[in-house]
Parts: sequence; structure tokens; C-alpha cells
Amino acid sequence: MNSITSKIALRPIALGLLVLIVSTILFGRAQAGGGHFYPPVADAQTRDECGSCHLAYPAAMLPKRSWSRIMGDLKNHFGADASVDAATAEHISRYLLANAGDTGGQRYGAKLLRGVSPDNAPLRITELPKWVREHRKISDAEWRSQKIGSKANCAACHADAERGYFEE
Amino acid sequence: MKTATTALLAILLLPALLLPVSSVAAPRDALLASLAAAAKAADPAFSGFSASRGEKLHVTRFAGGKAQTPSCTSCHGDNPRSAGRTPVGKPIDALAVSVTPTRYSDPAKVEKWFTRNCNEVLGRQCTPLEMGDWLSFMIAQ
Ligand code: HEC
Ligand code: HEC
Ligand code: HEC
Repeated sequence: MNSITSKIALRPIALGLLVLIVSTILFGRAQAGGGHFYPPVADAQTRDECGSCHLAYPAAMLPKRSWSRIMGDLKNHFGADASVDAATAEHISRYLLANAGDTGGQRYGAKLLRGVSPDNAPLRITELPKWVREHRKISDAEWRSQKIGSKANCAACHADAERGYFEE
Repeated sequence: MKTATTALLAILLLPALLLPVSSVAAPRDALLASLAAAAKAADPAFSGFSASRGEKLHVTRFAGGKAQTPSCTSCHGDNPRSAGRTPVGKPIDALAVSVTPTRYSDPAKVEKWFTRNCNEVLGRQCTPLEMGDWLSFMIAQ
């Protein structure tokens, strides 16, 4: 009796374990392999505040020091006023700094941040050497077209950008 | 006794039944009321908000703000019932309450965007009269 129940109970566990292992391998490859998956912003407040004027850029796309610089002057944010109250700014900073491309998001961001020297804190993803290289084939006319309007409008070309996918 | 209990229950339950609607509309009414009080304080002759003045504010091209965004319609589009687009290219849900029912139900959000956008377009803060007129227009849309 005892051995039967344990056999019955073991089978789904073993099956579940197998599914888990396989999906971890597949999922891990899809996410980290191509250098085109960047976990979308998972914090609701950050998504809200930093996602109303443009895509809420994934934290892993810039190093910690860049996010600090950006969060340090939201009043003069690329010509826009993106300021928020102190408690909200503190909360957003904590999320971005913890998940930056050289902290919690290193596994996703390391490739994109290649070639950025440690004493440089770029304010733009679109200025990263690797980003520039990936987009070098796009013509000036294309960048200026009505539909795109700005290099920062990732979603115009990367239809799945909101979900973290930046393939062609 | 029984009817009294039923009546009491009905009174207690009524607000609960209305909650889904009033939880969105009540903050809007409170916002308009506080703007009306501020407008009255600024001008004792104030006699209520006007949706048509609000519409005029929405479409007027001002010279005091940023050159790329002379009017509210620069980002929000000409038709309040249609989606707009930010300068970076992200779509903005329609401003008309009939199309986006959750609009103007979070006073902190409304205040934040009035501050940003009036500065952007007019180069100054909007007055309580202007904000009340504009909101009345969007709520009536
Ligand atoms: C009021 C609108 C607004 C809000 C809110 C806003 N931004 Fe921006 N952001 C802009 C504009 C405008 C640009 C410049 C885009 C361009 O070059 O076309 C920009 C650019 C950026 C860039 C650089 C994009 C590039 O070129 O690589 C980053 C990073 C960024 N914002 C982060 C943030 C963060 C973090 C927040 C939240 C704290 C935020 N933004 C909130 C308007 C906004
Ligand atoms: C005009 C269209 C366009 C815009 C706008 C654009 N991209 Fe791209 N992006 C491309 C194309 C095309 C490629 C593929 C380049 C190649 O494979 O030759 C690409 C490649 C990439 C890659 C590399 C993907 C991989 O498979 O390794 C990343 C990451 C990326 N883009 C991020 C961004 C981000 C972030 C933004 C916004 C700040 C952005 N892109 C805006 C067109 C665009
Ligand atoms: C530079 C682009 C831009 C301009 C110009 C602009 N807005 Fe907006 N507005 C936005 C964005 C982005 C949002 C936030 C996105 C959203 O709520 O869907 C917003 C949101 C708002 C909100 C908050 C809505 C809510 O649901 O609480 C109000 C109020 C508002 N705008 C008023 C105005 C007024 C009044 C003007 C003209 C004086 C104006 N806007 C001009 C971009 C703009």
C-alpha cells in the first residue's frame, strides 16, 4: 500500500520536474541567448511614470551610474519636465539601480553595455556604441520619417518592445 | 420593525451598489468643486465653468511655451475622442471621458500633467478657471 501510493505520487513530481528543466533551458535560451531580450520594467510605479512619454526602457539597458544621473535631474529631462515627488523618485531609483545592466540585469544588459568605459555615464541608450553599431544600416531619411520620429521610439520598429523583445 | 430594517439595509447598500460608477466620478466632482472654489476666490464674479471656453483653450496655439508644442492638440490631437501621440511617438489614450472612462479620477495625476503641459504649451501655469473649463469640456465629450 505504502509503496503504491509513493509510486503514484512520484510520477507527477518526476514529470513536473522534467517539464521544469526543459522549459528552464528553452526559456533561458530565449531570454539571454540572442541579446535581444531585456526584461520589461516590472515595477508598476516605474512603468507608469517612465512609460507615459515613451517606452518604459528596460533597466538592463543602462548601467547603474546612468540611471543615477537621469534620476538626478528629471526637471530638465531631454527638454521635458519628467519630475515626480521625492518619495516616487526614491522608489523608481531603487528599482532602476537594482536592475541595471551592471547590477541585477547584468545577464541581459552586459552585451549592450560593451565598450562603455566605467567612468562614462551615458544618458542615452541610443548613444551606446553597441546600439549605434546595431542600427548603423538605418538611413537618416528613415529616422526622420513621420512614423518613427525619434530614435528613442523603439516600438516603431520593435513591435514587441513592450514585452522586452528587440529583434528585427 | 422589519420594514425599518429593510429600509436601513437599502440605505446602507445603495452607496455600495453605486460604487463602481462613483469611485471614478466622485474624485472628478471633488476636483471640479475645489477648482471652482479657487476660481471664485480669484474672481468673486466667477459664475461657473464653461466647456466652450475649455474647448478654445484646448485648440488655441500659444506663443509662450515650446515652439514644437504650441497647443494641447500638438500631442493630444485635434479630436479629443481620438488617441494622441507624444513627441517621442508613443500613443496617448483619448482625453474624452466617454472614450477613456478612467480619465481625471486621480487628482495627483491630473495636477502633475496640468503642471507639465501648461508649462510646455503656455509657458506658465494654468489658472483654476482654465483648468475647470478644460476639464468640463473633456468630461462633456
Ligand atoms: C514628460 C515626458 C517624459 C517622461 C515622463 C519621461 N521621459 Fe524620458 N524622455 C523624454 C524625452 C522627450 C526624451 C528624448 C527622446 C528623443 O530623443 O526623442 C526622453 C529620453 C529618455 C531616455 C533616453 C532615450 C535614448 O535616446 O536612448 C531615457 C533613458 C529616459 N528618457 C528615461 C526616463 C525615465 C527613467 C523616466 C522616468 C523617471 C522618464 N524617462 C520619463 C520624455 C519623458
Ligand atoms: C528605425 C527602426 C528602429 C528603431 C526606432 C529602433 N531600432 Fe533597434 N533595431 C532595428 C533593426 C532593423 C535592428 C536589426 C539590426 C541588424 O540585425 O542588422 C535592430 C536591432 C536592435 C537590437 C539588437 C537585437 C539583437 O538581436 O541583437 C537591440 C537591442 C535594439 N535594436 C534596441 C533598440 C532600442 C532600445 C531602441 C529604442 C531606444 C531601438 N532599438 C530603436 C531597428 C530599429
Ligand atoms: C508634449 C506633449 C503634450 C502636450 C503638448 C500636452 N499634453 Fe497633456 N498629456 C501628455 C501625456 C504624455 C499625458 C499622460 C499620458 C496619459 O495620461 O495617457 C498627458 C496627460 C494629461 C492630463 C492627465 C489626464 C488624466 O487622465 O488624468 C491632463 C489633465 C492633460 N494632459 C492636459 C493637457 C492640457 C490642458 C494641455 C494643453 C495646455 C496638454 N495636456 C498638452 C502629453 C501632452
